[in-house]
Amino acid sequence: MSVTLDIKLKRANKVYHEGPIPLISSSIEVAKAGKIPGGKTEIPFEFPLISKGNKVLYETYHGVFVNIQYTLRCDLKRPLLAKDLSRSCEFIVHSQPQKSKIVPTPVKFSITPETLQNVRERSQLPRFLIRGHLDATSCVISQPLTGEVQVDKSDVPIKSIELQLVRVETCGCAEGYARDATEIQNIQIAEGDVGHGMPIPVHMVFPRLFTCPTLETTNFKVEFEINVVVILQDDHLITENFPLKLCRV
Amino acid sequence: MKKKMASVQWRSRGRNYEAELQRCHPEGLPVEFGDYHPLKPIMVTDTKTRRGARKGSTSSSSSSSSSAPVDPLSSMLDGTDPLSMFAATETSAAASHSSSVGDLGRKRRVKEEEALGADFEPWSTKRGEILARFTTTEKLSINLCMGSDRGKAPNPGSSAVSEKVRTRLEELDDLEEGSHRELLNLSQQDYANRIEELNQSLKEAWSSDQKVKALKIVIQCSKLLSDTSVIQFYPSKFVLITDILDTFGRLVYDRIWTMCSDPRPLPDSFTVEDVNDTAKETCLNWFFKIASIRELLPRLYVEAAILKCNRFLSKSGIQETLPRLTAMIRGMGDPLVAAYARAYLCRVGMEVAPHLKESLNANIFDLLTTFRQISGDSVQKQLHLQKVEVPAYLMLYSPAINWILQCVAYRAPEPLLTEMMERCKMMANNALLLNSIMRAFRPEFVATRATDFIGMIKDCDESGFPKHLLYGSLGRSLACADPPESERLTILNEAWKVITKVRNPQDYMNCAEIWVEFTCRHFAKREVNTVLADIIKHMTPDRAFEEAYPQLQSVITKILMYFHDFSVLFSMERFLPFLDMFQKDSVRVEVCKSIMEVFIKHQLELTRDPVILNAMLHICKTMHDSVNALTLEDEKRSLALLIIGFIRMVSFGRDFEQQLSFCVEARSTFCNLEPVLVQLIHTVNQLAMETRMVMKGNHSRKTAAFVRACAAYCFITIPSLSSIFSRLHLYLLSGQVALANQCLSQADAFLKAAVSVLPEVPRSISVEGKLRSSESFLLDFINNFLATLLVVPDHPEHGVLYLVRGLLNMVQDYTWEDNSDAKVRVYISALPLLAAMSQETYLYSIHKVDSNETLYGGDPKFLSEINKLCETLIGQILDHLKTLTRDEQSMRRQSALAFSLFGVLLAHGDLKNNKLSQLSINLWNLSHKHGHCETRVSIRTLESIRHQAQRPDMAHLSDTIQRLALQSRT
Repeated sequence: MSVTLDIKLKRANKVYHEGPIPLISSSIEVAKAGKIPGGKTEIPFEFPLISKGNKVLYETYHGVFVNIQYTLRCDLKRPLLAKDLSRSCEFIVHSQPQKSKIVPTPVKFSITPETLQNVRERSQLPRFLIRGHLDATSCVISQPLTGEVQVDKSDVPIKSIELQLVRVETCGCAEGYARDATEIQNIQIAEGDVGHGMPIPVHMVFPRLFTCPTLETTNFKVEFEINVVVILQDDHLITENFPLKLCRV
Repeated sequence: MKKKMASVQWRSRGRNYEAELQRCHPEGLPVEFGDYHPLKPIMVTDTKTRRGARKGSTSSSSSSSSSAPVDPLSSMLDGTDPLSMFAATETSAAASHSSSVGDLGRKRRVKEEEALGADFEPWSTKRGEILARFTTTEKLSINLCMGSDRGKAPNPGSSAVSEKVRTRLEELDDLEEGSHRELLNLSQQDYANRIEELNQSLKEAWSSDQKVKALKIVIQCSKLLSDTSVIQFYPSKFVLITDILDTFGRLVYDRIWTMCSDPRPLPDSFTVEDVNDTAKETCLNWFFKIASIRELLPRLYVEAAILKCNRFLSKSGIQETLPRLTAMIRGMGDPLVAAYARAYLCRVGMEVAPHLKESLNANIFDLLTTFRQISGDSVQKQLHLQKVEVPAYLMLYSPAINWILQCVAYRAPEPLLTEMMERCKMMANNALLLNSIMRAFRPEFVATRATDFIGMIKDCDESGFPKHLLYGSLGRSLACADPPESERLTILNEAWKVITKVRNPQDYMNCAEIWVEFTCRHFAKREVNTVLADIIKHMTPDRAFEEAYPQLQSVITKILMYFHDFSVLFSMERFLPFLDMFQKDSVRVEVCKSIMEVFIKHQLELTRDPVILNAMLHICKTMHDSVNALTLEDEKRSLALLIIGFIRMVSFGRDFEQQLSFCVEARSTFCNLEPVLVQLIHTVNQLAMETRMVMKGNHSRKTAAFVRACAAYCFITIPSLSSIFSRLHLYLLSGQVALANQCLSQADAFLKAAVSVLPEVPRSISVEGKLRSSESFLLDFINNFLATLLVVPDHPEHGVLYLVRGLLNMVQDYTWEDNSDAKVRVYISALPLLAAMSQETYLYSIHKVDSNETLYGGDPKFLSEINKLCETLIGQILDHLKTLTRDEQSMRRQSALAFSLFGVLLAHGDLKNNKLSQLSINLWNLSHKHGHCETRVSIRTLESIRHQAQRPDMAHLSDTIQRLALQSRT
């Protein structure tokens, strides 16, 4: 007779929030020793999320260098002749929303050949003026990033305007810092030779699985940036970078 | 007829018709109204409440039960019929509405806000129009690029998926993993088929739970909309692809809907609170997935497709999404792509939330701002590359702009429309926009400002957008709404000034056709005539009319819609010349038919107006002349009916001679259509009878000559008919008419002709395409003929009963069907005639015509001739009866025939004569010999004889009756 053991979360896609008493690594007995009858047996369980000592419970996060993961493991101890059974499964933790309210501060920008850095031959650049603003760079993670871009003038027609969401992980280690920037999402907001002087909306929903509130600890940092990328039809690439601060309200 | 030694004797019973009539007069017996009557409808006084078997509908409750008669057909249905069931659910729904008064107000408000009225022309009507209008012969391509996907979804193993679909799904699977497929060289039809296949694949993927794949298909399809190569096909491509988006939107909405319908379905007016968490989460997931689509165009289209799903998430979702999506379209650089994206957004917006006007307005205003891009380098370069002219390119916008404007204008307040007009003026009268405004706004709105619009059209820049199109759109509005009366003539003049200058005949015609309606609506003959003259002038050179038959036809239709007075219509000088432009036979006949149909419907008074007659004869001749060997029977019939309709409307009043000469002319004109000839004969016969009526039966020399002329007309016309029965009936009828008009020799000739035609009657004729025996028709005719013969006096040069003998000889020589009693039946029915002829006073006679009664005055020689004839006939009948002994079948016939002869003897023979009496008893016995007689009929007959025997002059019957035995069947 084979026995399988399975953990089923009541709602797999539910986000579990950090509990009121912080601690970590706790174990409870869900069923006393005894005989489990044949067939399917379901044992309900629950336990509070409590962090260990003075540690902070961070949000679930899967990155390149940094991984914050919470798992549940269930062990089924069996008598001598049978193997013990064990199964584990991940659950996602979101931190309790901060009570403080963020006051949005709009950020204006204006891109011309003169404002660019990293240019090899400034004289070969076509003339252009692209203005715009982001409604806020401190963003609530559940709210979209918004703003406007407007092409006032461009000698070479626009090919595409894109919003690039980049995540930057920084890790402190023996040799100093390791930094890794990953593009998480790229959204096109304009395609082709857009009309001049018309504000084009900037709108990006933060992807649920790849973003988390900006995290700064003594050991590591998880930060986010947005790039407004303008590609001209002659394949000139103009990028304007804005660091973001994400939080949960 | 061969004379046989008569073994029987015939004596006709003397009749006093006068007295018999008296006896037959009812004595005013009160009619009892019994409870039962076979024709009385079934009464239902109580109906049970039935639960309809069909889901979700219940039949009416007892409140609606009534004593209304029940149609026997409806009782065939299981349960109440579906229509009344709907009616019943409606009433019950209404009842439940009124029961919850508190709810009602809210519900009604919701309805008003959300429902689109029937006055909103739906997208579905535009679809086909666009597909038909924007076509291409160039090769198209479909570029599908399925983005990489984590892990293949398993193939659907379900047997419900057809083989074809499975291969298609497999093909699509192959497309996954970042593969890229390009279908090149597709014809327009191939393209449409491919898109439809994708639509099917989408549904299949969805039903086999491959939601991700479904989404991918939709994304790929909407990406195709950013491709503007073969730009003249773009509007049609938009239609095809948005069909897929619609499918997707519906699938997603329905899926989430069903997630919430446990335990009971969501009401139509559900709110966010009614939606459970799982459904919300699923819905939210869709929105997250769509928000992460990289490219702008698919992200926009797919989100627009599931716009309605916002209802599951929040109350204000749609209200917030629409402006965002509207603004998002600004990122689309290609103005055409953007315009169509706006059209789609407005479409879903109107479906889901027609009360949200702001986004519609924002869309049109944004669209106006992008107009200047059209003259920009990018667009111009593209047009140059694709070799597309600017006017043609601008036309590509019209479906999108028309649609958006239609949405904007729907139940819009006047100030908004005025604002649009002002904007248009501000944009230096952009012709494209102006055109769309005239198309989309309410005709009434346009009509009241027609003069303004004309001014704006004048100010328009000629180069981009042709003015005749603008006038066309204006004309369309004016065709259904009226501008102020004082301005109408100026409007017409202004418009026509431009229209007449259009060089291209096709363009000219398209526009002129529209304006004809306005002209007909408000002006009289003179103006319409001018317009027709102008059209003729434009369309005649180089036979341009050949390319414009549909429009020219529509001109005629419109004129006929407004001009029902044909004397006015035909006095329009250019009307007939206009008809002459229809030189293709089929079209010309079509047009003539349409004119005739209107004529028959609206010409209510008889006419002799030479203008009408000439024109109508011309039109009818055209129709008639189109008939050839290949013309179908149905077509001939319908043409003939129309011509007959005309002939019946022609009357010259008391001028009978002219009427006759009209018929002469008509006969030569319509000689190929038999039904018309038949009608003409009827008309002429009627003419003769009318003459008789006018002269009160006493013809003058002149009228006598005239009715003879009528008879002559019929006499020479009838032989040209091919249908033998038409000929026979018309000979008889014309003979009767001639007789009534005292044209004895003519009547004789008609009847003789009929008799001489008899042998030609084929044994079977085609009735409604089926071959049927002609026997019954022939018998009918002969009986009818016999009845007429009573009053026809014998010809002085021929022998006694010349026509009767002639007829009977024909009957004898006719090749009847084998095993048929028809001949004998004729003989049997000739006996009553002969009996009637031997009376002193005939049953009926014709005014001023001396029948044989006067001619012979009961001469015994004449009577004995009759009796001899009767005896010969009876002898023949008896001979025939003797042969009917072979089998059961013939004995049955024998019985029936014997019984009919018995009946005739009883009614018409003088049974005081012993021999005759004996014969009748023998016949009775013969008919009952083998028990084939219906006992009920026999009993009735006996009763009737008994009844007759009570009369003093019939007392001898009581002896006879003693000897009539009822034989029970053995």
